Amino acid sequence: MKTVIFLLFFLATPAMAIQPDEILEDKVLEERARVISKELRCLVCQNQSIDDSDAPLARDLRVLVRERLQAGESDEKVIKFVVDRYGDFVLLRPPVKASTLTLWVSPIAVLIVGVILLLARFRKQAKNMPVKVQPLSSEETKKLEAVLKKDTR
Amino acid sequence: MFQRVTFLPLAIVFAVSVLFAIYLWQIGPGGKDISTLPSAMIDKPVPEFDLAPIEGRKLGLKSGDLKSGLSLVNVWASWCPPCRVEHPFLMALAEKGVTIYGINYRDKPADALRFLRNLGDPYKRIGADTTGRVSIDWGIYGYPETFLVDQTGRIRYRHVGPISSEVIETVFNPLMDKISKK
Amino acid sequence: MTPEIGHYAVALALVFSIAQGAIPLWGAYKNNPLLMNFAVPTARFQFIFVLLAFVCLIISFVESDFSVALVAQNSHTLKPLIYKISGVWGNHEGSMLLWILILALFGLLVGEFGNNLPPSLRARVLSIQGLIGAGFIAFLLFTSNPFLRLDPSPLQGSGLNPLLQDPGLAFHPPFLYLGYVGFSMAFSFAIAALIEGRVDPAWARWVRPWTLVAWTSLTIGIALGSWWAYYELGWGGWWFWDPVENASFLPWLLGTALLHSALVLEKRDTLKSWTILLSILAFGASLLGTFLVRSGVLTSVHTFATDPERGVFLLLLFLIVLGGGLLLYAIRAQSLKVGGLFAPISREGALILNNLFLATSFAVVLLGTLYPLLLDAFDASKVSVGAPFFNATFVPLMVPLLIACPIGAKMAWKRGDLSGALSRLKAAFAASLVVIIFSMLLDENRSLLAAGSLGIAAWLMIGTTLDFLEKIGLPKRSAGEVFRRFVNLPRSAWGAATAHFALGVMVAGITVSSVWQVERIQIMRPGDKVEIGGYTVLFEGAGQVDGPNYTALQGSFSVFKGTDKLTVLLPEKRSYPAENSSTTEAAIHTNFYSDLYIVLGDADQKGGWATRIYFNPLVPWIWVGAILMAAGGALSLTDRRLRVGAPRRAVHPENSAIPEEH
Repeated sequence: MKTVIFLLFFLATPAMAIQPDEILEDKVLEERARVISKELRCLVCQNQSIDDSDAPLARDLRVLVRERLQAGESDEKVIKFVVDRYGDFVLLRPPVKASTLTLWVSPIAVLIVGVILLLARFRKQAKNMPVKVQPLSSEETKKLEAVLKKDTR
Repeated sequence: MFQRVTFLPLAIVFAVSVLFAIYLWQIGPGGKDISTLPSAMIDKPVPEFDLAPIEGRKLGLKSGDLKSGLSLVNVWASWCPPCRVEHPFLMALAEKGVTIYGINYRDKPADALRFLRNLGDPYKRIGADTTGRVSIDWGIYGYPETFLVDQTGRIRYRHVGPISSEVIETVFNPLMDKISKK
Repeated sequence: MTPEIGHYAVALALVFSIAQGAIPLWGAYKNNPLLMNFAVPTARFQFIFVLLAFVCLIISFVESDFSVALVAQNSHTLKPLIYKISGVWGNHEGSMLLWILILALFGLLVGEFGNNLPPSLRARVLSIQGLIGAGFIAFLLFTSNPFLRLDPSPLQGSGLNPLLQDPGLAFHPPFLYLGYVGFSMAFSFAIAALIEGRVDPAWARWVRPWTLVAWTSLTIGIALGSWWAYYELGWGGWWFWDPVENASFLPWLLGTALLHSALVLEKRDTLKSWTILLSILAFGASLLGTFLVRSGVLTSVHTFATDPERGVFLLLLFLIVLGGGLLLYAIRAQSLKVGGLFAPISREGALILNNLFLATSFAVVLLGTLYPLLLDAFDASKVSVGAPFFNATFVPLMVPLLIACPIGAKMAWKRGDLSGALSRLKAAFAASLVVIIFSMLLDENRSLLAAGSLGIAAWLMIGTTLDFLEKIGLPKRSAGEVFRRFVNLPRSAWGAATAHFALGVMVAGITVSSVWQVERIQIMRPGDKVEIGGYTVLFEGAGQVDGPNYTALQGSFSVFKGTDKLTVLLPEKRSYPAENSSTTEAAIHTNFYSDLYIVLGDADQKGGWATRIYFNPLVPWIWVGAILMAAGGALSLTDRRLRVGAPRRAVHPENSAIPEEH
């Protein structure tokens, strides 16, 4: 617990995240670096990405990401490099695995359950509806028209 | 069918409460610390590295050095207060004959040397990780961290934070015994 | 003495809350008017004693009475008065007392203004409220007593965290709690209705004002927190899907669903079971939030430092209150008489769609927030569920909802004409298409997502406006008729139109500020200029400046538009020696449809400074939209139908005509 206090030191000093000296010359690479950084969690912060965080470790990882991009690695390889060392926890977007399948499937699953329940309700309501009304016979129609004509005079 | 459906929210709330109860019990007094991360390097071989010694010392540290026997690798810095707190325990371990290697993280040589002069030097070898890159290879995120490395050079355990006699007795000693027996 | 008085007051409040919880409930069961009439006086006394306790705590803070442990931990003599007061609720125990105060306040208000309620219903509602209060007061008294003493008392307090000394942050808890706790009223009404076995339009009409107050307050509270994060944390972010933020968002989602569902119940006497369920779950979400934040199961910047003992108590409260309510629901829901029938394509159907997507969003945000905990409990693995996940799942769920909003408003009850509704919205559809096309042309990245979002914002704003115009008869009717309709339009129609329009404003703000934000990070020397967002920013220099309890490095930036000097922005990096911490104060220039946002970084030892300058177009619309939404809620509250002459139950409810259009 006490170590956490040391780590939490970094929380109280929000300031600037990316420093000017980190920014790459190559705009395309820099953009890729930003996108990747937003997906990587700052491990000494609470719920921040390394892109947002001031912590020295975040800065080290940002620099690392840029170096590897400059070395020509793909986005996936760079991310894998970090995950190999820090585990899945460093990913802010949980990887799709057996253990996270429930999570990723939940939006569709809940929607489907909801729709099923609704359909069941409408079906039940239809059953409770009164008997289908028979259309008027031609005699009844004539009677109706006569009555209506009377009313509109 | 509708009857059973109305019990569903209750069932869910009950399940969630059980989950919370289990979790509360797990993190209760003496329980697990939910803020520490498990290492992704457990049972993997140590990362390849070759670090120069701290300026003013002779012996640096490289991955090859870690394959000769059971050892502890301690990542520390002079500017890190908990490192100060745990240092006496490292000294005690060294005196008992445990091999301790150090990785000095982003430190000024003068400060590091002063630290060792004042508090003692339990390290057989120290690698100066001035850029912090090697520490990232070890998956470091909080300082100090101490790794147990076996004789084949595989990482067997990582402790985040200062070590204490409790950690030594309940974790390190049993694990070291277990590995030595194999 | 004051803390002792406060302490005794809490104990007395507990006694009254138990009395309030037990006696009227028994009276209603036995149909005994004398016992039922205990409800209002006990509610009054409970409130009075809780208020007394709260005032005593405030006095202790204001007087800096460091013999009270809470004051010693959370206050300091150097704090400005207003932050001494807000410090009362800036901690676990004090905020819990605020929670209880608001709970008691709502009970009091129902007692005082609920004369139109049938006595048995009022008795039951107040009893449930009293029982909940008793649970929380017991929690306070036995695990979180704010009046514990320190002996010897320290000479100075240790609570001077600069981050907490800020108006936005200091006052967002009261609004949040009005929201969370406000939903307790809907809960109590729901339980009372289940016990009585009767849920009808009159009930929905009685519940509506309380739900509106809660929802409006929660909207404001969340908006305040978000705005604070934006200007204080220094990188322009305003929502992080942090677990505790989510804990406040979950009741909001259900509360919105509840507002709409209760509307259907009121107009059409249907969706009874679902509305009751929502009333129970909305407060349940509040209880869940309270548990998550105070039990230690989540680590977050927002959580209070707590221990598992409190967690156990809160979990029990959660289980008993929510579980009890849901058990009653499970047993009694079937006995609710089936109400009005309606076709799937109808206003009811649209509102059901609204509820479907809100409920699904709720489930997804809940699961995402709890998932790391779930996996960790079973030692499966440690995963993070962060902003990328929530953005990927929540945003798509909102899209159908936002599109359906203006359409649903145009549909008739019972059986709607979809093609008719769509044709009356032709202009809005055309406008959104134009917006989408323009967006695609102007956007370098040709992002379909951005264009689509803007199209939806336009759809919402123009569609809502068109609907409003149609309601008052423009352009078809005569001027006199239009005027008459304008004057007579119920406030709730105004409220709904405002809130839905505001939704469009927010979507526009969110989309534009995320997609078209301009960021410039560089080293600047005095005299250097940066062109951004049509402004020219000139760096004049940086130096040291002293504040009351801090020293700061302050940068001076002159902002020009063309050759006109608009303002001088002064971002700072503050250092608080007493607290051994520092903050960054961004400097913001806003014209309410865009922000210029400047942050000062470190000096580079060569006479230059790292600076970060943002141009955030339309970002103010996010909070303007949120406040406008809350204003819509407040407007609806002033609807005279909710106050004067609240409806009596019809003698033959099956004969009651369908009420007017809105």
